[in-house]
This record gives sequence, C-alpha cells and structure tokens, in this order.
Amino acid sequence: MVLLVASCRKAPQVIPEQVETIFSPDPSSAIKGMYLLNEGNMNMNKASLDFVDFRTGVYKRNIYNEANPSVTKGLGDVGNDIGIYGSKMYVVVNISNKVEVLDVKTAKKLAQIDITNCRYVTFHKNKAYVSAYLGKVGDPKAPNGIVAEIDTVSLQIERKVTVGRQPEEMAIVGEKLYIANSGGYSPPDYERTVSVIDLASFTELKRIDVAINLDRLKADKYGDIYVTSRGDYYTIPSKLFVIDTQTDAIKKTFDIAASNLWIDDDTAYIYSTEWSYPQQKNTISYTMLNVKDETVLSSRFITDGTDKKIVVPYGISVNPISKDVFVTDAGNYVASGTLYCFDKNGRMKWQVQAGDIPAHMAFVY
Amino acid sequence: MKLTVRHAFATRYGCIKGFLWLVSFGITTACCCLQVSAQSPVRKKDTTQTDSTRITHLNQVDIRAAKTDLPNTSPTPVQILKGEQLQRLNSFSVADALRFFTGVQLKDYGGVGGLKTVNVRSLGANHVAVFYDGIQLGNAQNGQVDLGRFSLDNIEEIDLYNGQRSEIFQSAKSFSAASTIYLQSAKPKFEPGEHTHIRLNYKTGSMGLVNPSMLWQQKLSDKINSTVSAEYIQSNGRYKFRYTNGVYDTTAVRNNGDIEAYRIEAGLRGSTVDSAAWSVKGYSYISNRGLPGAIVANKFNYSQRQWDRDQFIQANYESNTRSRYSFKAIAKYSDNYERYLDPEFVTTTGFLDNRFYQHEFYTSIANRYRISPVWDVALSADFQLNNLDANLYRFPYPTRYTELVSFASRLKLGRLNLQASLLGTFVNDKVKEYTGAGRKTAYTPTVTAGWQVSNNGDLMLRAFYKNIFRLPTFNDLYYTLIGNTQLRPEYAKQYDVGFTYNHQFRKHVLQSLSVQADVYYNQVNDKIVAIPGLNLFRWVMYNVGDVHIKGGELNVQSGWNVADEVVVTAGLNYTYQQAFYKDGGITYRYNIPYVPMHSGSFTLGADYRRFQFNYSYIYTGLRYNELSDDTNHGYNTVAPWYTHDLSVGYFTKIYRHKTRFGIEVNNLLNQDREIISNFPMPRRFYRFKISYNI
Repeated sequence: MVLLVASCRKAPQVIPEQVETIFSPDPSSAIKGMYLLNEGNMNMNKASLDFVDFRTGVYKRNIYNEANPSVTKGLGDVGNDIGIYGSKMYVVVNISNKVEVLDVKTAKKLAQIDITNCRYVTFHKNKAYVSAYLGKVGDPKAPNGIVAEIDTVSLQIERKVTVGRQPEEMAIVGEKLYIANSGGYSPPDYERTVSVIDLASFTELKRIDVAINLDRLKADKYGDIYVTSRGDYYTIPSKLFVIDTQTDAIKKTFDIAASNLWIDDDTAYIYSTEWSYPQQKNTISYTMLNVKDETVLSSRFITDGTDKKIVVPYGISVNPISKDVFVTDAGNYVASGTLYCFDKNGRMKWQVQAGDIPAHMAFVY
Repeated sequence: MKLTVRHAFATRYGCIKGFLWLVSFGITTACCCLQVSAQSPVRKKDTTQTDSTRITHLNQVDIRAAKTDLPNTSPTPVQILKGEQLQRLNSFSVADALRFFTGVQLKDYGGVGGLKTVNVRSLGANHVAVFYDGIQLGNAQNGQVDLGRFSLDNIEEIDLYNGQRSEIFQSAKSFSAASTIYLQSAKPKFEPGEHTHIRLNYKTGSMGLVNPSMLWQQKLSDKINSTVSAEYIQSNGRYKFRYTNGVYDTTAVRNNGDIEAYRIEAGLRGSTVDSAAWSVKGYSYISNRGLPGAIVANKFNYSQRQWDRDQFIQANYESNTRSRYSFKAIAKYSDNYERYLDPEFVTTTGFLDNRFYQHEFYTSIANRYRISPVWDVALSADFQLNNLDANLYRFPYPTRYTELVSFASRLKLGRLNLQASLLGTFVNDKVKEYTGAGRKTAYTPTVTAGWQVSNNGDLMLRAFYKNIFRLPTFNDLYYTLIGNTQLRPEYAKQYDVGFTYNHQFRKHVLQSLSVQADVYYNQVNDKIVAIPGLNLFRWVMYNVGDVHIKGGELNVQSGWNVADEVVVTAGLNYTYQQAFYKDGGITYRYNIPYVPMHSGSFTLGADYRRFQFNYSYIYTGLRYNELSDDTNHGYNTVAPWYTHDLSVGYFTKIYRHKTRFGIEVNNLLNQDREIISNFPMPRRFYRFKISYNI
C-alpha cells in the first residue's frame, strides 16, 4: 500500500524556479537586470516571469510561483505586458483579468487589481494607466474599451475613460495619453484612430485618424509617437506611422510591416513578421530607424546570422546603457521560447531558454 | 479570434508500478491510492451543495455465462464492447466506454456536456472515423465527432478497429481512416409470439442529471419491424473541483457546464423474400449547452454558449450475402447547425454570435464477387458532397466533392487469411468567394495478414500495414484569418504486428480466456498544426514536421466460474506509447503532448443470483501538456490520474416485467484530476438507474 501511494501521484508542489548562469558576471553593470514576461498560450495558464541578473550573469526561470506560492494557479493566463515604476512592478495578465503588482526586488505580490481583458500598462506622475478591451462586461451595446488610472500608492483604480474599441498600447507625451485603438473584434470594421486623453480631466480630447487595426504605440524623446497598423492581414499591409504630438497629425509613414518596436535614445529597433502564403512561412525582417529625423538606418541590430535561427521574433528591448539588444523568439508557440542578447554591433552574446512565448521585458535600475 | 493550440508528448516514467501491483493483487487492495491531501492557508470554499443522488438504468440482462467476446478472426486489431458487457461499464456516453479500449486516449473536457473526442494510437482525433449503423458520422468543418453526444442508451455494440475493419465488402469510406469506430444501435430480436418491446429507462444522479429515455421496438410484419428511440438529457454541470500546490488549496464549483439535449431516432428494418436486408433511419439531436472554459488564475467563470441541431436520414440496402455476387447501397443526407455565442467578445453588432450550417449528401455502392470459395474481390464507390455556410467575415462558402473508389481482395488459403485494398480518393473543393483548395488525388494501400497457428483456431498471428491520410478540414482551409488553402493532406503510415489467443476451457474455474497483443509503429507526415503568424490574432494552419509513434498494447479478457451461481469476468488493458516530434527545429524529438507512456484499465464483474457487481479502474500515466524536453518537462507535467468506479445492479420483476435497478459510484476515492490541463474533471459522483421492460 505504501508502495502504491508512493508510486502513484506525487504530492502537489509549488512549481520550482530554475537557475542557471548564462554569462560571466559584470558587477559594474549600471542596470541590475531585466524581467522577462512569458505570455503562455491561451487556456494554458502558463504566464511566467523570468529574471536576468546583469551583475551576476544568472538567469532565473519561472520565479513567480516560488515567490508567491499562495496565489491560486499562479500568475495566470496570457501575460500581456510588464512595467516597472518606482519599487513596484506591474504585470498585466490578459485572460486572468488582472494586473499583478509585485515588489521589484523580490517579485512578491503586493496587490492585485482586477480589470477585465486588460492589455497594456504605462506610467506618469505616480499613476499607472492600464488599457482594457471592455469597459462594460456583458453589455452587447458597449464594444468600447477603457483606460483605467491607478494610483501607484493606494493601488486603487481612481478614474476610467472610455476610448475606442479594443485599445492596445499607450504612451504619454506631456500631459496627454495616446492610445492605439484596434477594433480587432469586428473585422472588417476595424478602428483606425489614436485616442488622445487629457490626463488632467481624464477625458478623450480627440481621435487622430491613422489607419486600420492599430497596435503598438511608442513615444520618442522629440515629442513624436510611433504607431503600428496591423492592416487587415489580406490586402491592406501593415505599416508604421509617426504622429507629431504638437499638431496631433501624421508626420510620416513608413512602409514597414512593424510587428513591434522599441525606442532607445535616437534609435527605433523594429522587427516585422509577415505570413507568406507562397512560401508557406513567415517572412521576417529587422529594421532600425533614426527617430530624430525619421529616416531608415542602413545598420542592423543582428549582424551575425542569428536572425536565421529566430523562428518568430516576439519581443524586443534595448539596454539603455550598454545598448545590448534583447530579442525573444516564440518559436512554434507551443514549446518554450528563447531569449537572445546581442551586443551593440549585432553579435550574439548569449541565448537562453525562456518560458512559453517570451514577449515583454522591463529593466530594473 | 481566440484559438488555442495544444500538442502532445509522452512520459519517461509513470506510476505504472502501482497499476501493475494493483492488477496482480486484485481488487481487495484497490482502494489504496490515497489522494494527496494538502492543508493550506488559502482556502476558497464554494457554496454549492454536494452531489445529489438518483437513478439510472441498465439494459436487460439474461446472460450468465462467463464468456468473452474477443473475436479471433480479424487480421486487424479489433476491440469490441457489446450488449451486457457494454452495459456493465460505468459509462454514460460512447466516449466513456471507449476508455476501456487499449490505444485510445480520450480527450474529455469534463461534465456531461463537455467535448469528448478520441485519439487512437496518437495519430490525432482527425484520423478516427466514427460509423453509426454502418454509415460515417461526418463533420467536414472540424473533422471530429463529439462522442459525448452519443449516449449508450440505444447502443448495442461498439467496435474499434485499428487500420480498418477486416472485411472487404464495405463502403469505400470504411477504408478511408487510420482507425474506425463502429457504433451499432439496438436491433430488434423478437421471440415467437412477441410483437412489441418497450424499454423505459430513467437515470439521475450527480450534477443534476435527469435522463429519461425510451426504446420501442415493434414487429410490423414477418419481414418488417420498427424502432423508435427517444431521450432527454439535462444536467446543470455543476461539480466541485479542487486545485492545490500544497500551499494554496482552492475548491470551487464548475460553472457554465449545463446542458439540455433531446435525441430522437426512428427506423425501419426489413428483409425481402430473396433474403436481402434493408433499413431506413432518421435521427435528430438538439442541444443547448454552456461551454465551461479553462480554469485559469482569477478566471473560473465563463458565459459562452453553444446550440446544436444535428439531423440525418440514412438508408441501407444489402443483397443476399450468401450469393456469389452481392451488393450494398447506402444513401445519407445530413444537416448540422451550430451557433456559438460569446458575451465576452463584444463587436460593433453586439456579442460575437457565429452560426455554422453544414450539409452533407453521401452515397455508396459496394460490390463483392466470390471468385472461388477462398477468393473474394470487392469494388466500392462512394460519392460525398459537403458544404459549409457561416456568418463569418471573409468566409469563402466552400463545397467539397469527394469521390472514393476502393478495390479490395481477400484470399483464404487454409489457415492464412490475406487481404489487400487500394483506395483512390478524388477531392475537389469549390468556393463561392476567394480561393479554394482545388483538387487532390491520392491512392493509398492497405495490406493485412492473419495466420491461424493451430488447427483449433485458438492462436492467430496478425500483421497489417496501412497508408492513409486525413484531408485538411474546412476550418483548416477556410476559417477566416486562420485557414490556409495550400495545406497538404496529413499522411499516417501504420505498421502493426500482433497475436490473438482465444480459448474456452471445459470444467475449469477459468472458463474462457482471450489475449490480444500488438506492437506498432506509426509515422505521421506533414502534420497539420496552427502556428501564429503576425501575432496571436493571426494564426495560420500549416504543415509541419513529422511525428513518430511507437507503442504496444495488451488486452486480456477472462471468464471464471468461481462457485455455484457466481460468475466472474475480469479484463485488463495496458497501453505503452511514445510519440516524438521531428521538425528539424529546436523541438526535434520533443514529446507530443497528452500521450501517456503508460495507461490501462482493469475491470472486474461478478454475477450472483439477482445481483451484479462491477468494478473498474482506469489509469492514465504522466503526460505533458506541451511539446517539451527535459528542461521544461517540470512545467508541462500533467499528473497521472486513476479512478475507481463501482456499480451494483439488481434484477427483479415488477408486474411480471423485467426491471433493473442500478447504482454507480464514479471516482470513488474523490481524486482531483485533469485529462486536459485546466479543465478539471468531477470528483466523486453518482448515478442511479432504473430500467423497466414491457
């Protein structure tokens, strides 16, 4: 009987983290490290958090559960964004309808803010702003999304503003919040606007007509907004637009199928993934822009041929001090992905197995 | 657009030790697999009441002989559950009964209304064809039949063939799948002087189950009889489930798992003066159900709903099979409607509300000619038309024309039985809008051999090779944003060798013994999977890599005459499987998800006077829920599960009519388990049955 009990099912246990050293320590690194949020596939409840310690060269995989063993079913389903503000880290978990607020040092949970179908997070003056697909749940006449304003001290939602349908990424310039509306739930009736929110009154000032199905949105330091359009996946191609926030008008259009971008200093790092039917595979390209004068650079951020190994680039970030570029590979999405680190000359420094669909990164200073 | 893709894989070790131990020591010790109980600070208590109890029915039972039914003449592996044996199992639907077959992995999302499909020998659910009274149940949209919709109430026999049914005189469709399941509805058998059989059943039990059903068989003339079968199923789908990691310990109640369904079937069967047989049948199934979703952190409740209406009418004619030349003709028309409503997905026109309409027309003619007493040839030709309408954006409205031609031959040379068949498939997809998949042609062979080793026919050695493919489904090809019209068919090659041993012992306690064992190797090429393109909103179906599967199966059935009036039957199934992915990328040799290395079942039945006792144990070993290797196995493990089920039946006569009472206890030890990750299965639950025969 003892044999049977012992051999059948193991006692349930907290999912352990895995630790490995992946590069030589650099105790002088100005930036302590970087958190990587793995999305995990829908319904798999496998959103997970990894940490790269730049000073020790240690990679910690799947740290959330050991840090927070008492959270039922862990981080949750589809981690969609991560942001750090002060001593707190905000993890937006889409299907789990929650924003987890964690301590940056320990990854221990401080609070949970429930927001249905939440997507992205950004920060400004002690407030966190979270976009969400639905304002009102269960109302067939309420297709519009919202932005929720959260006080970073009380961790309570203070205000909400209705924006376009299925809003995605946000950026704040001055006292205005810009948010990309996608309308992805109602093809072909996509949204084609960026909503502009006045932060003081927390009302929508206007909508800037850009293109259908907007997605990523980033600000540079020159008062411009870079916003991507996903197109309709058929005849209307994906593009990248630049909006001047002084005039709130489109300033420039790049015919680049930008899936995602990261702006660091004067440079935008972009990758794009497009499905090609004739070739039966994704065509992937990597581009760099100069955001000061909005020109395409001839340089590449992967120069050593590693790009051929990357199946589906799914996340990008740039170390603002060392200019190392981090690119994640989601692979076939149903197995673990990979995190790559390239030096400023585009040569791979290291790679490591991450969680499922590694996607979103945040630096710890 | 939400689309989840899951894959499979295998296990390096399991807790098979426990299983074997159990088997070798019998059931006296069977109840010892204790659940792990973990105390925890965090405890979310639910408010729902526990399972209530009621009654369910079993079929009439007269057979008291300790016999096993495994046939030993089929050169392809076959497993059969029928009549009494089928009714004894703690099973509600066909899907539940299939758990007792080797090589079968049931995908069960839980509850009465949850989707239940089977995957045979790890080839994937799309490689399994299901036939109802000889004619395939199709679903051109997703290629899968929800076996949870077929209650056992009206089913007399379930056969599972690996490869194909070892018969050459059959429709070309019967040659067209890697594995085939045949469901046979109850056929009337009247004793002299009998004209009417009426059986009334009522089942009730946990999860608010209410299930009255009726079977009425009427002899209309010497040559014609009629059958009407009707059933109503209602369940609130509420059951407790529990998740724990040793620190948190959360118990909650499954929501949105309710179902209400009606089934009615009516048929006529007859024979002609020249001994030809014919039948006509109409079928209608209407259901309204909630779709319980994945239990993920902070989201336990769902509101999606689905409505279905499946209807068909089919007819069958078979000439006298004793003639030198005989033929069979089949025709079927079916009509399926499905509506999917998602209140969590608000579009400009309200909630997401998809409607799918499928129509199918099918006809087949099969001919057999007996060249000599030992040599038969058969030629079959089938035609099928499928179309799908949907209120989807950019939907192409496809119609598929399928022609199948099979040529088969059987040679019986003494104790050697050789069969070979060649199937030609000619498919043409046409679309109203956009691009269709066009024409495809394929020729696929099967060879089977059986050799009776001894003169008494007890031992037979078998082998088969089959090459077959599954076509991309309408969803694979045309579903908006996901479909890819350039998909190639997914081929599956099967190699199998095995033996069947069957013996009846006279004047022994052990009265009958049958053993069937097989080893096999399968290879799937051009596996069709979904991968995301631009982002998670934009998945694309495409052909990727190969899957290699090796496995072994053992099936033992025995009958014992233990003492006067005590008849015992015992059965043991064991399946060993390993499946690997080969795509040339980093996932090379990753395990295919949801393939346990070890799985099996043990069943024990005993009859004593008017009582019948049944015990069954089902074991599924460690699996992984994703493609994975050693590094991430820890994150992808799905715990083994094993359930102990018990039932007791009592037979009596009420007003001189046969009456049967039954009580079932399922998952006796209250094990928390998942078959599919994040879709918890019920804890202990009960069914009560009563059956009254007029």
